[in-house]
Amino acid sequence: MGIAKESRLEHKKNIGADSMDLSVFPKAAQLVLPGQHVPRWQPGLARGKARQLHNELFASADEAAGAACALALALDGMRHTEMDRLEEKSVLWVQDAASRRKTGVPYRPGLPRELRHRVIHVAAAKVEDALFALEEGMRCRDLACVIGEVAGNPQALDLTASRRLSLAAEKYGVPLFLIRHDAARDTNSARMRWQVRSAPSLQPRWNTLAPGQPRWHAELFRARSHAPGEWILRDDGSSLAAERPGAGTASAQTGEQAATPDHGDLAGAAGAGSLAAL
Amino acid sequence: MAIWLVQLALDRWRHSEQCQRGEGADSQPLVLITETAHGPRVDAANDAGREAGAESGMMLADARTLCPRLKVAPSDPAGDLAFLERLALWAQRWGPWSAIDAPDGLLVDVTAVAHLFGGEERLLEDVHTRFAAQGLTVRAAIAPTAGAAWALSHYGADNGPASAILAPDDDGAARLASLPVAALRLDADVLLVLRRLGLKQLGDMAQLGRDAVQRRFRGRRAPSANPLMRMDQLLGRLPEPLLPVVAVEAPLVQRRLMEPIRHRSLLDQVLADLADDMVRELEGRGEGARRLELGMWRVDGEVVLRRLELAASTRDAAHICRLFSARLDDVDAGFGIEMLRLRASWSEPLVLAQAELDAAAEEHGTSLAACIDRLTVRLGARAVRRPVPRASHVPERAQGWQPPLEPEQDSQHLFDFHSRPLKILERPEKIAVLYASPDGYPRRFRWRGDVHEVVRVEGPERIAPEWWREKGSARLRDYYRIEDGAGRRYWIYRAGLADDGRGGMPDWFLQGMFG
Repeated sequence: MGIAKESRLEHKKNIGADSMDLSVFPKAAQLVLPGQHVPRWQPGLARGKARQLHNELFASADEAAGAACALALALDGMRHTEMDRLEEKSVLWVQDAASRRKTGVPYRPGLPRELRHRVIHVAAAKVEDALFALEEGMRCRDLACVIGEVAGNPQALDLTASRRLSLAAEKYGVPLFLIRHDAARDTNSARMRWQVRSAPSLQPRWNTLAPGQPRWHAELFRARSHAPGEWILRDDGSSLAAERPGAGTASAQTGEQAATPDHGDLAGAAGAGSLAAL
Repeated sequence: MAIWLVQLALDRWRHSEQCQRGEGADSQPLVLITETAHGPRVDAANDAGREAGAESGMMLADARTLCPRLKVAPSDPAGDLAFLERLALWAQRWGPWSAIDAPDGLLVDVTAVAHLFGGEERLLEDVHTRFAAQGLTVRAAIAPTAGAAWALSHYGADNGPASAILAPDDDGAARLASLPVAALRLDADVLLVLRRLGLKQLGDMAQLGRDAVQRRFRGRRAPSANPLMRMDQLLGRLPEPLLPVVAVEAPLVQRRLMEPIRHRSLLDQVLADLADDMVRELEGRGEGARRLELGMWRVDGEVVLRRLELAASTRDAAHICRLFSARLDDVDAGFGIEMLRLRASWSEPLVLAQAELDAAAEEHGTSLAACIDRLTVRLGARAVRRPVPRASHVPERAQGWQPPLEPEQDSQHLFDFHSRPLKILERPEKIAVLYASPDGYPRRFRWRGDVHEVVRVEGPERIAPEWWREKGSARLRDYYRIEDGAGRRYWIYRAGLADDGRGGMPDWFLQGMFG
């Protein structure tokens, strides 16, 4: 928790330092509803009333950033809602045939540790079947969240289908993260819509040539209750960390490194798997 | 007790023609026929017809050649079976339960009830007289087992009631030894085999010896195809389960009224009471009504009948009342209605629904098992699955799938310092790689039409082929975790080494994508 607090402080500091950032000014969404303060999105919002259940992430099919970012956002929500619960709910992961062919299937050893044993995968043949599975999943009280992957802009996923998903999510309170691979930004009723792509990873401390902790560039381009904005997201194992992309890579890098010393993969492995730990 | 209705079809035809045996329409030669693929076939022939040469199983054309003035009527096997069902229920007057012995027989359990009729002979007499009163020709026999009773009733000697009774202390094998093998209720092809073997009577089989018959008919599991099993059933060495006929009564509720009612409001009130009673009755049976009949008996003896058919079985009293009220407008009460009777002549099973619980599911969501059931029903059982680790080094084999709610098997975990991609392609895709040296780091690669510059790389992680599963020519894999200029992280491998002697220059593949 300490790390998360610190990073949030960092985030506030960043906003303060970069006061000329255009996103500070009220947006059209805020002007439409005068008098209402529109909060900025930040990690951990899933706890409060501002929690949005129907999320869409637009991403390229040539990278796994969409799925990874969806998992990070889902975990961010689950960590806050499941903190005081003993039971672990399952996660339903629905894929249509095209997204399975283009981006592959979830691979258990690579999933986040908290989710590995909880994923139920649904391999739908058609988009209609995938949408049915998503809706049925959201009706289930024993699911922590539903992750969907749909490739392109299929006819079946129109405004009506999208509204069905929104209503189901809001009625039963199960969050939906729908990943749209290689899709155009069509009209739909998702409450938060993100454009996600990979960002260069953090440099590991020991092997500087190796890829490090993954980061994603996430742009919130339309949201019901939040102002749009861009963030660099990163899941640091216990919480979701967000920083502003324009905040100066060097300082951010060093700052983050100071806050969360990245020992690379060796340290984590030693803690989790070495005989000395037993 | 076995009862054989010798001429069931003809007896029913005579009943429909309202004539006695050998009189009226029955005095002419007549056959009952069914249409088959090869033309009409004779099912049954009456006495005159049999005298003229017609036999059951004959083609009608052949019978017509023998007797050109043969009359023809269609037979009605479904009606015969329905009649037999009703008859089986009626036959429960002689015993606690009865079974149908299709196509033209009945079996009644008369264990320990013969004394109520004054002994077994008197019981058989009673059966004969009662069936004769209905115009049905029967042969009946009593024996300790169903098989023996059947054999006696069909093939027993016809001299007096004593010959149709096999007492428990009689030697069944000896009494029945002279009966033909057809008395064993065997299939036609088995009877043919027995005839060719020269076995004509039940006694012949005992002489031949059990082993020999057993060898000839080994592997025949069905009793009707195995003479030994039938023999054992006949002698009571093997059990023979029978399916009893159980009467189902239509739910019926009625109200007798102290004062005849003449007004509509009172009628509605009585109808509502009746509907409530009917719903309670249906609930007890776990059924819902599809057809309802309301009979109203008037003081002057007239009966007014109103019938209602429903699209789906229901147990909703208000619904029933609402539907009936539209049909009661034209009822003429005359001097008043003194009795009402509501009968559900067609009811279907209707599960007891717990309305409150259903509403709860609607409000709070379904359980995981229900959700999985719904998904499985629409998408198929193999589409809904859970990834589980499998004991293998090869990445695509290290993950298996199993039904989602089954417990996971224990397995050896991967090492944590092996980082694995978030998603794995269903089959690795070939990439063109630029490298400095054949066994060095990749520099640049082309995949799906895009060129990716390798900025960061870690590896190789060498995974040897599993020699116990694969051919000897399988090549090892060198895996690299790479990150390109845009931060996209992939898992690529080189299949083989340049000089491993298992093919030419190694190919490169992209197998997975990191988050």
